[in-house]
Amino acid sequence: MLTTISLAHYMVLSALLFGIGLFGVLAKKNAIAVLICIELMLNAVNINLVAISKYLTPALFTGQLFAIFVITVAAAEVGVGLAIIIAIYRNRLSVNLDDFDWLKW
Amino acid sequence: MNVDLSLLAPEIALAVLGLGILVLGLLIPKGSRHGLGWVTALGLLGVLGLTIAGWDNQGTLYEGIFIVDRYAIFFKITFLTAAFLVTLGCMRYVDEMGDQSEYYSMMLFATLGMMVLASAGDFMTLYLGLELMTIAFIVLVCYRRTETRSVEAGIKYVLLAGMSSAVLLYGLSLVYGVTGSVTIYEVGRAVTTEPVPALILGVAMLVAGLGFKISAVPFHMWTPDVYEGAPTPVTSFLAVGSKAASFAILLRVFIAALPGLWAHWTMLVAILAAVTIIVGNLVAIPQTNIKRLLAYSSIAQAGYILVGLVTASEAGIKGVMFYAFLYVFATIGAFTVVTYFYNVTGSDEIKDYAGLSQRSPLMAAVMVISMLSMAGIPPLAGFVGKFYLFKTIVDNYLWLAFIGLIMSMVSVYYYLRVALVMYRDEPVDHTPISLSGPVALTLIITMMATLVLGIYPGPLSEVVNTAAHSFFLP
Repeated sequence: MLTTISLAHYMVLSALLFGIGLFGVLAKKNAIAVLICIELMLNAVNINLVAISKYLTPALFTGQLFAIFVITVAAAEVGVGLAIIIAIYRNRLSVNLDDFDWLKW
Repeated sequence: MNVDLSLLAPEIALAVLGLGILVLGLLIPKGSRHGLGWVTALGLLGVLGLTIAGWDNQGTLYEGIFIVDRYAIFFKITFLTAAFLVTLGCMRYVDEMGDQSEYYSMMLFATLGMMVLASAGDFMTLYLGLELMTIAFIVLVCYRRTETRSVEAGIKYVLLAGMSSAVLLYGLSLVYGVTGSVTIYEVGRAVTTEPVPALILGVAMLVAGLGFKISAVPFHMWTPDVYEGAPTPVTSFLAVGSKAASFAILLRVFIAALPGLWAHWTMLVAILAAVTIIVGNLVAIPQTNIKRLLAYSSIAQAGYILVGLVTASEAGIKGVMFYAFLYVFATIGAFTVVTYFYNVTGSDEIKDYAGLSQRSPLMAAVMVISMLSMAGIPPLAGFVGKFYLFKTIVDNYLWLAFIGLIMSMVSVYYYLRVALVMYRDEPVDHTPISLSGPVALTLIITMMATLVLGIYPGPLSEVVNTAAHSFFLP
């Protein structure tokens, strides 16, 4: 027997994805990996938005629209992020965040 | 659908100006781009005039997703004034950095993002404005891309900003899930005083996400590093513009969209304000670098402004707006001195400021007046601002008012330490520093504004009153 998939399933999936992303941002040492984990968090948000839109306000497309905006802006942000990583690699020959301790508390 | 584009005129003009500067930079040969700073400054002055002219032209666009009320217009005036003063004060610095056109257009796009943020009426506009501002600032922070410090500040900013906006978005998606709407005033009608756990979690994430932008403790860790590493004019614009814009949207989201949950978040905000004031002021004391000192002092200022949110009243909003406006002059005055001093001596260390009063009396005077204004010494503007802010909380949050008062006294210590170095110590190098025209103009404007707003705050207070009043008219 197939159980139907409800909004709660999507919310749990998104919460898990968000948690994994947040953990990765805090634990990873490689700048590119951190950027990927930020993408995970943003995709968790997208799942949330689309699922809520489908189940709660099916007549409106607010959530889908919002998700498209999030995807677009995230692409721009990653573009800038990767450019900075390239620039810092040229300066320091490293993308390991532990090496960037020039500025101290 | 009938759209009144006159409401959008300042934003459209600013976007055209930003793109125009970008194209102009490509057309003009590399050696003769010095005039771009003046074009930018005059353009900003024009947009500022356009915004002020639209003071009576209020309304909403696209079914409430873009709100133009006096509250938003007042904040736009604040951002444009800040952008104008920063541009005026940084021309020489930018000339030495190279690539003027991209710098000025990024600056204009950041301002545009702030203006959209101040007018945001739904979560999508909020997000777009926030990211337009943030991404432009990320590019500006690592603008000196061959210099390790600048790029390092950039990577810290891009990663932490990305994380904070993801947290903020998750909070927004939860609020959307509970209320079924993304329009701020509709959310305000849907939120009831009996909240579901998901909504509380969403609000907590909003506090974290926006707390990062205003650099409230414990989300402040990026601030000193980014402020120190970024080019100084960018730091000053980041301290003024980005912070004021984030406060504009913070008030809009919390007071317009979540008033039903006031009882739940007011204590959280009060504690956040107290911790921010205490940590910001105490950690500022041992700093030896002037930019880090000002970074910690700006964290403390964020704490003071946060006090205005606690009561969620018209008086609180008035306090925030008044403080944000005069904070522009004090901060830009101090940072313009730092920028020019760096141009001349290549140093940001406080000990190198020894004897500045003999080398350049105007720079030393502006620095002292700006810092005393931030500390809240009468008759300077900062005192009036703090008075309006703390007046709102004396009834119910007396302990917070005491913390603010004691910590203001502490802040006088580290501000006066800089003054002491400038006035008492003998300079190592006695050559006088001659100021260039635009820099001197910026310094005089900021100093006069700080003095005049402190002695005669009446007219601005009236303006702020009507602006804060418009906030509650949906």
